[in-house]
Amino acid sequence: MSRPLMLEQDPVERVKNFDEVALGYTREQAVEEARRCLQCKKPQCIRGCPVEIDIPAFIREIAEENFEAAAMELKKTNSLPAICGRVCPQETQCEIECVLGKKDEPLAIGRLERFAADFELARGVKTPKTAPPTGFKVAVLGSGPAGLTAAADLARMGHSVTIFESLHEAGGVLIYGIPEFRLPKRIVKAEVEFVRKLGVEIKLDTVIGKTTTIDKLMEEYDAVFIASGAGLPSFLGIENENLNGVYSANEFLTRVNLMKAYRFPEYDTPIKKGSNVIVVGGGNVAMDAARSARRLGAENVTIIYRRSEEEMPARNEEIERAKEEGIHFKLLTNPTRINGDENNWITSIECINTKLCEPDETGRLRPEPIPGTEHTTPADIMIIAIGTTPNTLIPTTTKNLQTGKKNTIPTDTTGRTNREKIYAGGDVVTGTATVISAMGAAKTAAKNINQYLQTKQQKSHRKI
Amino acid sequence: MACTILRKEELAPDINLLEIAAPMVARKARAGQFIIIRIHEWGERIPLTVADYDRDAGTITAIFLAVGKTTEELAGLASGDGIADVVGPLGNPAEVPRDSVVVFVGGGVGVAPVFCEAREFKRAGNRVISILGARTADLLIWEDRLRAVSDELYITTDDGTKGHHGFVTDVLAEILAEREVDRVVAIGPAVMMRVVADVTRPSGVKTIVSLNPIMVDGTGMCGSCRVVVDGKTMFACVDGPEFDAHQVDFTLLMSRLAAYREEEALSLDRFHGEKTDGVGGK
Repeated sequence: MSRPLMLEQDPVERVKNFDEVALGYTREQAVEEARRCLQCKKPQCIRGCPVEIDIPAFIREIAEENFEAAAMELKKTNSLPAICGRVCPQETQCEIECVLGKKDEPLAIGRLERFAADFELARGVKTPKTAPPTGFKVAVLGSGPAGLTAAADLARMGHSVTIFESLHEAGGVLIYGIPEFRLPKRIVKAEVEFVRKLGVEIKLDTVIGKTTTIDKLMEEYDAVFIASGAGLPSFLGIENENLNGVYSANEFLTRVNLMKAYRFPEYDTPIKKGSNVIVVGGGNVAMDAARSARRLGAENVTIIYRRSEEEMPARNEEIERAKEEGIHFKLLTNPTRINGDENNWITSIECINTKLCEPDETGRLRPEPIPGTEHTTPADIMIIAIGTTPNTLIPTTTKNLQTGKKNTIPTDTTGRTNREKIYAGGDVVTGTATVISAMGAAKTAAKNINQYLQTKQQKSHRKI
Repeated sequence: MACTILRKEELAPDINLLEIAAPMVARKARAGQFIIIRIHEWGERIPLTVADYDRDAGTITAIFLAVGKTTEELAGLASGDGIADVVGPLGNPAEVPRDSVVVFVGGGVGVAPVFCEAREFKRAGNRVISILGARTADLLIWEDRLRAVSDELYITTDDGTKGHHGFVTDVLAEILAEREVDRVVAIGPAVMMRVVADVTRPSGVKTIVSLNPIMVDGTGMCGSCRVVVDGKTMFACVDGPEFDAHQVDFTLLMSRLAAYREEEALSLDRFHGEKTDGVGGK
């Protein structure tokens, strides 16, 4: 027996809109799938979940048609289940551990998570009880997956939490990066609202390092959690990268998602649509950019990646959907130069074919250019999606805060930085990773911040 | 955060002053920095250079030219109206020298941030010589305020209706020929800043310009504001906005400023249509 197929928007239709592609399980499908769960005595799936959801427990509730109870079970450890149900790479986390997968398809844990969370959202979210107020104040920097998770956990533990967000909307990469068709913004808003209902205050438009600093916040807060992500886009460093029509994926996606440029001129922020769009990169961000460009109306959208499809970091599901939508893939190819016209607009990209050689330090096969394979591809828009690094605004304005490779902020296993009271988690520590790994790190840090605050309280009691 | 407009004034045709209540921003603002504003939910994020701040009153003043949809819409607001978002202060503060002779060149609305900077330079004990330029006398702004913080002040108009008949660079070249100048700071339209850089290049006098490329977030996240300085790509929002004028690729800056010209025209036409239809702004 395999999992039920999830309804999806037809590719021919969906490239004309920004509505969600995957439509979710129906009630019947969810119950049918949940009943496939073996309810293992020693569940392996939980081992694969960075936020330690009791997976068999929530699945059992769905099997017994207690959908609201299933959502409550999820929310015991995960404050953002409707988001995770959509964007987590379950196939390499919980589902890869599922025993059913040995003979058949593993249980569709992600789709069931989404089903339960959506069920609750449609009914109206209940606010869970929080612990009695501790009197401690914690500042969380950034409202992306790590920030929201830590804030929610700390609020449940009874601490007074304030999130500082630099943009005008909460959600971080969930708002500016991941497109509407993969993660509708109403879902992000609803889960942010849940975090607010736990008592978390969110201060928007506040840039830490500019509007105020960590050292200033420390005068008022008992602990700080840095969850500022990895927001600084990397460029290729090839000639003519600053021509008009060349975007970082961050800019392209921010214009489309956060600023709603796909609804220009109803919304004021413009975006260039292009007819020959080249996206460089092989991750989920590259897929998101390519599929957004297609929806904006570009006839030819091509992803250029220097390794083969096997090495692509993007989820298979996203690669498949991109193909269904007519995105071309030019693999084992690397751009070497961009050409432009007299008005500084991009006209074409020079590329070279590559072959894969022995693995590099990241363990992935190293692409090497093949001499004599140079060729030119026409392009009027180019989107560079080769990764991001953390912004330096916070470390450069915080006294004695240690930084590591590529602007990261290193922590110990408890999530603490080199400074007392200052913790960090998510992409700012690891560099670009997944939503769920950031959430896992945030949970660890929240636990340890709580422990630190309790120890502090005991010490001060002893003094009295 | 959301903020309220305390004062909105048309100083000259299409040149508007905006004073907003933004205590958090005012507390930290320094000359040379900018803010980003978004008028409403449908709005774009635009950068405005800080023209003045009052830490005690918690206010920020910016002066802008109504040239496009967003700036026209902003010009149509009045004191008491709200603005959805104001973020700042962003960018790096101006580097303030000591015991130096500094020539400030302000063109158009660039005169406003020049005032803010000249005041700070003057307080730090520098000798401040200011050159104010405009197309015509009616478009000159803040002459009195700038005079109050300058040791010398010169005015130029393209049409000769006030002061020297000609460009700011005519006066600048004369000053450079006559005496020792340690630094030139030019803020205004890109083309003016480029000409200033050309005028000061032969003598090698240190010249600073404040760049105003298209921005989205203003915090280093998108790279829309890429400029090339000394052959290196920089983000004006976090690496600037002030740079060594002699190293700036002005051709690139100007072409990037024009990137959305068609969309800007479309948006403005639509806005004018809405206004005449009586639909109004959102």
